[in-house]
Amino acid sequence: MVTANPEFPLTGPVASPSLVTRLHELVVTVDHKKLGLMYIASALVFLVVAGLMASVIRLQLAFPNNHVVAPDTFNRLFTVHGTTMVFFVGMPIVAGLSNYLVPLMIGARDMAFPRLNAFGYWMFLFGALLLFFSYIGAPGLSGHGSAPDVGWFAYAPLTGRAFSRGNSTDYWILSLLVSGIGSLASAVNVVATTFSMRSPGMKLMRMPLFVWLMLVVSAMMLVAIPPLTAAQIMLLLDRFVGASFFDTQAGGSAVLWQHFFWIFGHPEVYILIIPAFACVSEIIPVFSRKPIFGYAVMVGATVMIGFISVSVWAHHMFSVGMTSVGNTFFVVSTMLVAVPTGIKIFNWLGTMYGGKIRFELPMLCCLAFLFQFLIAGLTGIMLGAAPLNWQLTDSYFVVAHFHYTLIGGMLFGIFAGIYYWYPKATGRMLSKRLGKWHLALFFIGFHLTFDTMHLPGLLGMPRRIYTYDPGRGWEIFNLISSIGVAFQIAGIACLAWNILRSVRKGEKAGDDPWDGWTLEWATTSPPPEYNFETVPVVRSARPLWDLKHPEDPDWKYE
Amino acid sequence: MKSPLQSAIRFSRAWFARASFLYFVFALTVTPAVADDAGGVTNIFKPDGTPARTISDYTILVLVICAVIFIIVAGLLVYTVTRFRRRAGDDGHEPPQVYGSNQIELAWTVLPILIVFVLSLVTARTIAEIQNAPPPPKALQVTVVGHQWWWEIRYPELGIVTANELHVPASDAAEPRPTFLKLESADVAHSFWVPQLAGKTDVIPNRDNQMWIAPMTPGTYLGNCAEYCGTQHARMLIRVIVHPPGEFETWVAAQQRDAANDMQVKAGRDLFFSTSCVNCHTIKGTEANGKFGPDLTHLMSRETLGSGAALNTAEKLRAWVRNPQRLKEGCYMPDMQLTDEEMDQIVRYLQTLN
Amino acid sequence: MTNADALNLTDESAAWKLPSRRKVAVACLILSETAMFTIFVVAYLFYIGKSLTGPFPADVLETPIVSTICLLASSLTIMIAERAFKRESVGGFRLWWAITILLAAIFLASTAAEWKRLIVDHHLTISTNLFGTTFYSLVGLHASHVIVGFTLLTLVLILSLKGSIRPADGERLEMISWYWHFVDAVWVVVFTVVYVIGR
Repeated sequence: MVTANPEFPLTGPVASPSLVTRLHELVVTVDHKKLGLMYIASALVFLVVAGLMASVIRLQLAFPNNHVVAPDTFNRLFTVHGTTMVFFVGMPIVAGLSNYLVPLMIGARDMAFPRLNAFGYWMFLFGALLLFFSYIGAPGLSGHGSAPDVGWFAYAPLTGRAFSRGNSTDYWILSLLVSGIGSLASAVNVVATTFSMRSPGMKLMRMPLFVWLMLVVSAMMLVAIPPLTAAQIMLLLDRFVGASFFDTQAGGSAVLWQHFFWIFGHPEVYILIIPAFACVSEIIPVFSRKPIFGYAVMVGATVMIGFISVSVWAHHMFSVGMTSVGNTFFVVSTMLVAVPTGIKIFNWLGTMYGGKIRFELPMLCCLAFLFQFLIAGLTGIMLGAAPLNWQLTDSYFVVAHFHYTLIGGMLFGIFAGIYYWYPKATGRMLSKRLGKWHLALFFIGFHLTFDTMHLPGLLGMPRRIYTYDPGRGWEIFNLISSIGVAFQIAGIACLAWNILRSVRKGEKAGDDPWDGWTLEWATTSPPPEYNFETVPVVRSARPLWDLKHPEDPDWKYE
Repeated sequence: MKSPLQSAIRFSRAWFARASFLYFVFALTVTPAVADDAGGVTNIFKPDGTPARTISDYTILVLVICAVIFIIVAGLLVYTVTRFRRRAGDDGHEPPQVYGSNQIELAWTVLPILIVFVLSLVTARTIAEIQNAPPPPKALQVTVVGHQWWWEIRYPELGIVTANELHVPASDAAEPRPTFLKLESADVAHSFWVPQLAGKTDVIPNRDNQMWIAPMTPGTYLGNCAEYCGTQHARMLIRVIVHPPGEFETWVAAQQRDAANDMQVKAGRDLFFSTSCVNCHTIKGTEANGKFGPDLTHLMSRETLGSGAALNTAEKLRAWVRNPQRLKEGCYMPDMQLTDEEMDQIVRYLQTLN
Repeated sequence: MTNADALNLTDESAAWKLPSRRKVAVACLILSETAMFTIFVVAYLFYIGKSLTGPFPADVLETPIVSTICLLASSLTIMIAERAFKRESVGGFRLWWAITILLAAIFLASTAAEWKRLIVDHHLTISTNLFGTTFYSLVGLHASHVIVGFTLLTLVLILSLKGSIRPADGERLEMISWYWHFVDAVWVVVFTVVYVIGR
């Protein structure tokens, strides 16, 4: 008699485990699927928390000279909002998606290092809790300080002891140091898994594009996160033992922090968006009923993005006073990185062209993603043009641009992934009706808020201001932006309700509800703990296509 | 089988896509056209003088390129989604499985690279034009020092120190009179941004940055600090007042004079000098030479208090002296805990500092 | 027949070789550590000559020839130890492994002595000036990595003396030696930057 895992749908009468047992199971688990879902669930919770913070920000900015929050409170809100969204929503989504899906897609039974996987998750969670603990912990004995209020990129010398009293900045540093170690652990794990755990026949150029993109993301993390770690160690040394890395009074350089931070920060934003690319690259082919157009080029373009992205960082620093030669170099590298990114959009279009497009929820998210990411990329080109950047940087135009890429691009790509793989993870379909309400409301809200937000930037509104005077021409646009928030909240509420409700009430999904072609659809939904009964052997990039179309298999065309 | 709901969704998506694109384009083009430059609107598309005009002209090229790319790609997207949707009554066969096309992929690699090449060249030239411009001999030299949360403005050749308002002479195409700004910071990183006159340049401690403006039309141009610098970053406004020829010299002469010494407000003056006001503020021609706060010698010649926190009226001046934290919470001027009578006297003294 | 059943084709199973996951992981670790050290090296190079006050490098630095030779030699001795391990010469392995540990200890002791001299005799601390800041952080970061390596090496020696190390553990030992070679390579860079370029 086989004892089935109490987490999964059962046949026959079995006593349901208690809550304590189930929680204990989560605390000690090293199963990549459970950890992946824990990462994603945590990310969604932090999305709601940071989203509520943004709602307060927008409430304060809806009218000029508003008094919803005090200036210091506002400054803490945008700092914690930004830090949370990047590190405790974006990064765990990267980790969660790669940890859940990579082993399934390459025919492995788990990640290369299951315990390292668990370590990475708990480091992330602890780091996140440290940041929020600062609200009560930072005052310390002196009574100064609360949550950090230095902005998510924490420029020096504002972060020095002299200008940031109390321990708020220290909590910012430590929370990111700790969760950064977790991210590195996850990255090492993904790289090792991808190279060392593929099932027989799965050569590198037969891996799903999703796996390739997660490999590139993980390699980028290995190179991009340590500079942030280094800079933060330097800042800690400045703050605690009197070092002068960024202490301008002692001859230190504030601009050096900016260089180090953005050497991390720019690859970081590609780390955040490439997982959305990964989801979209799997979903568009399945719902267009054609293979991805130009698989090899997509791999090459992503690798190029990985390499070029470490050479563009100072486009965040065009106004710092670099020489004209320096500025020009970074303009060229920034424009160059747009080329492989643009190519990917064309390849996705090429995949849909000539296909038979099914407008299921995952595909609708992808269509929105394509449209929005195109716009975001173009405003990125505008910002990469240094003379124009001198007007637009540090204004609401930039705020609009990066929310366009992160929400319009990343988040919609993640929505697509959620609608597509939720049935695999839970065995149930999400409700189509609720999904359409979510998408419609969120789409309207997103565009109301962020399309409009470009305009105050063009009219001179700087970012990170807790209020503004009337008569600058900013009022109407801020009001419209703030109204859009209501729609976004409603949309997310629909999604949350859908996710929670469909676990019990959703329609049964079966192994392969979307008629997909990659290995995760070759096992049950949800997969058993060991993933596959027998280790699959593959002969092409689409093993299930070969299976379903033995008269016309992919491996004939390789 | 496509349900009516799916058709509806598809069409409303395409409609939303078109509507939001149109809204975006409308807002982007109409706003610059209709927003007036009277009052405080600082539209980057309503530049005055170089280098803002250079940037604005260059921006047109960038916008056109981006708009063309958008129209083509978004058009392709809408076309593809419409033409290749699965129709009702579809036979269920898979479409031809196309893996790629070397020619097409080459084309859509080469074309973007060409665009990037052209854009880079134009950009390089514009950057050099703005950054490497040498100062002509008649240029006005000003040093701007950023503080948390106000601007110190010094005219080293003229012996003037003031705060928050930068007065410059109007320049002229025939006889340029640009103003060259040396940017220094007394504490953290700030950024000097007056959108209608120039792009922003950061103001960073232990780093010498510089920029220049050459406005042609007299008037007042608003700006903001554009690098988050702490609690009151939002209220660190800049006013650039461009004077017609002749008037700038008048202003200079008035600013060069020592502070007024009206005997009618002696009580207030003595009070000012006996309390700690003099630790932070300078009043030229007196013993007060504090450097931490703004120079008050010609306080009443300025339009605002607290770097734009309030207009410089009698009522607001009184409110500021009573408790600056009410008007600019967190600023470094403390509540001096004055009695009503002390406050009246000091305000009356300050009101003589023209 | 489910998707799962039909996927088992025997043609591809034969001769399927994948890299060792341990090696990939340690290579990734070395890559990310390199990225971190690079930033500290860049900071050091950037701040050369920028200290506002003394003491200055030329005044106080003494080239650590002996400790450098010891550390670089330890890379050789660990390779000898590994070869002995492969030959299953337990005594040889333990001897050369122990010599490696000794050389590492000499390096650490020498660094400690140098720091004591700098702090006590020349009053150079991390907060004195930019030279102090960058010197102690870069050399200290490297030394901390040496300490970690030293700890791992000692642990292995203890386990070997207890008889807990089997021939099958060869790859694990190789990973430790990779880390050790990395630490040595970093020292070459640090030495060049601090004692050659920076002076």
